[in-house]
Amino acid sequence: MELSTSILLTIALAPLVGCLLAGFLGKQIGRVGAHSVTILGLLISCGLSFYVLYQITMGGAPVYNHNIYTWFEIGKYTATVGFLIDRLTAMMMVVVTFVSLLVHVYTIGYMADDDGYQRFFSYISLFTFSMLMLVMSNNFLQLFFGWEAVGLVSYLLIGFWYKRPTAIFANLKAFIVNRVGDFGFLLGIAAILYFLGTLDYATAFSAAPTLIGKTLTVTQSTQWDAATVICILLFIGAMGKSAQVPLHVWLPDSMEGPTPISALIHAATMVTAGIFMVARMSPLYELSETALSFVLVIGATGALFTGLIGIVQNDIKRVVAYSTLSQLGYMTVALGVSAYAGAVYHLMTHAFFKALLFLGAGSVIIAMHHEQDMRYMGGLRKYMPITWITMWIGALALCGVPFFSGFYSKDSIIDAVHESHRWGSGYAYFCVVVGAFVTATYTFRQMYMTFHGKERFKVVEHHGHHDAHGHDDHHDDHDHHEQGVLHHPPKESPWVVTLPLILLAIPSLFVGMFTVKPMLFGGWFGESIHVQSANNVLEEVGKDFHSWWQAGLDGFAQLPFWLVFAAFMMTTYIYLFNPSVADKIKSALKPIWTILDRKYWVDDIYFAIFARGGVALGRMFWKGGDAAVIDGVLIDGSASTIQRIASGLRRVQSGYLYHYAFAMILGLILLMGGYWLIGQ
Amino acid sequence: MITLSHYIVLGAILFCISVAGLFINRKNVIVLLMAIELMLLAVNINFVAFSRFNHDVAGQVFVFFILTVAAAESAIGLAILVLLFRNRSTVNVAEIDSMKG
Repeated sequence: MELSTSILLTIALAPLVGCLLAGFLGKQIGRVGAHSVTILGLLISCGLSFYVLYQITMGGAPVYNHNIYTWFEIGKYTATVGFLIDRLTAMMMVVVTFVSLLVHVYTIGYMADDDGYQRFFSYISLFTFSMLMLVMSNNFLQLFFGWEAVGLVSYLLIGFWYKRPTAIFANLKAFIVNRVGDFGFLLGIAAILYFLGTLDYATAFSAAPTLIGKTLTVTQSTQWDAATVICILLFIGAMGKSAQVPLHVWLPDSMEGPTPISALIHAATMVTAGIFMVARMSPLYELSETALSFVLVIGATGALFTGLIGIVQNDIKRVVAYSTLSQLGYMTVALGVSAYAGAVYHLMTHAFFKALLFLGAGSVIIAMHHEQDMRYMGGLRKYMPITWITMWIGALALCGVPFFSGFYSKDSIIDAVHESHRWGSGYAYFCVVVGAFVTATYTFRQMYMTFHGKERFKVVEHHGHHDAHGHDDHHDDHDHHEQGVLHHPPKESPWVVTLPLILLAIPSLFVGMFTVKPMLFGGWFGESIHVQSANNVLEEVGKDFHSWWQAGLDGFAQLPFWLVFAAFMMTTYIYLFNPSVADKIKSALKPIWTILDRKYWVDDIYFAIFARGGVALGRMFWKGGDAAVIDGVLIDGSASTIQRIASGLRRVQSGYLYHYAFAMILGLILLMGGYWLIGQ
Repeated sequence: MITLSHYIVLGAILFCISVAGLFINRKNVIVLLMAIELMLLAVNINFVAFSRFNHDVAGQVFVFFILTVAAAESAIGLAILVLLFRNRSTVNVAEIDSMKG
């Protein structure tokens, strides 16, 4: 049965309606009205997304690819708004709306005391709409629209607490770094229009083979392969959005935003837009080995080196943020070895367990009265059992322990890299395998520091201090009370917070078992992902794959698992039994620790070169260009020149009539004399 | 025999006197007005002389027009002069320089 247009429109527009109502009528409908209307919109959207997924997978609905609306026409080019719904899209729609719905529910608890309650709901619904436009698009322009719209909402939400200077710094940083990526992305789209003459996916992909042999003439002697140029430019866009090295610097800072959006935007959905985009463009990427090697090396670098930073972080959210960077690196590596399905599959499992980890971290933050520093936590497991158990599920999934969802996705990526012979795959294999150890180290460290061991906070009962203690926005409150001192013992969060945790823990635990066979090795994605048979590493991996059970058991015998196990033993010893070892290691490896703590100085370098350079350049144009040339020479200069001429001429205007008369007569004589001379 | 050139020379002399009157006079605005009148009369002499020697009455008709206009002009000029004197209590040319740039 063909999917109906009205259902698809409803999916996309229901969150938008919720956003507009909560945003513009927030005062009138109040807090309850705002969250009811947006959650209702999301419920509709999520339910219908599941229906679409069902229809596409089981119901035998054909791929839906229609234009719905003509946006504008320029010459021969017509921009349309349309939907392309195939299995890849349907899966993304379900992931986006499902995580978004849970985050909406969670927000009721997390933002309960915040003044910007309605605004927050409006923003996250707008985000869901934008993200749906991005994944459902059937052309590059609409993709770009969604791409920029999610970037905008990300900017708005990172700076949600706009009175905090750090939040403003972070959202500006995110916006600017994303501009760098978007610049490449836009050039990539322009290159597609230039070479293929269309921005429609289906037309462009069917015309993609014509790119072979085409080149872009840069100079007389330099010719660049068209497919490589297009793919690398598009990937630069993905590097910005999906926070790949070296454009990753904005993601850790984005943790300045409220935790629900860290889960939704900066872990589960928006940052994976780049991964989705490359998977969607697989027919183009398959044409360029060079571009894929580029993708591979960038991804591998991110997978290992950003994970290492996570080990030295003390802020509970930042650990998860660096983990996100590292996992995005894994997905990018999978793209780089042509295992697009593996990347998208990891995207899906990651969306569940990373959203879970973030929301769990948020739950801990609520309990700790907005203390985010893990050095002042510890032993929380007896206070908040639901958060503790669900977060462990997320953590084990993240580490790739067999049978958890993360295991299937991550292990198949590692295997796929092992099978690949692409340039850079050796380096990538090293990075992803060591990365597994690193991932486990920072994850277990985080779990132990938060939930286990001795309590490193004190509870001092304090009268007259209200329980209605604000959330992160009441930051000032924290300055005058000591870190690690709580006025109430930590307690489990309300059900609106724990319910999403439970609902996310379920797929984190089970989704891998049920979907790994069809999605990764069964060609579930069908036509939506195109892989050349020579590059099909997943097929090679699939030859050894029989069932999820078998794969899970085999997982125990493989190197990644033993690395995770080693990390488990190491962190258990250090953080549970002998905490002083951590400090000894830290002082023994001081130089390395410094490198990691300074995040390889990437931020500092960017700040020194681009931020300071930008300021210096601006100052140069301001002082040199504007103040000196335009103001000094052109504006003030012309004025003063005229003034100087005028002050000379003013002497002629004596005001005496006879001078004027004399001038007239002199003029007359000259005129007549001139005529006379000409007459001669 | 008085020829045309005698008249023209007379006109030119009168004109030069009036121009000199304009320039040299630094004292009195009334003298300026008189110099302008004299300038017009110099022109009139030329008109009449040419009219007479060319046997064309048109020149003499022009003279009447000029005389009429000159009368009107001096009436206005004197009126302005009276107002000027009332406002500034002087007719000294050197002091009337409010048009100075």
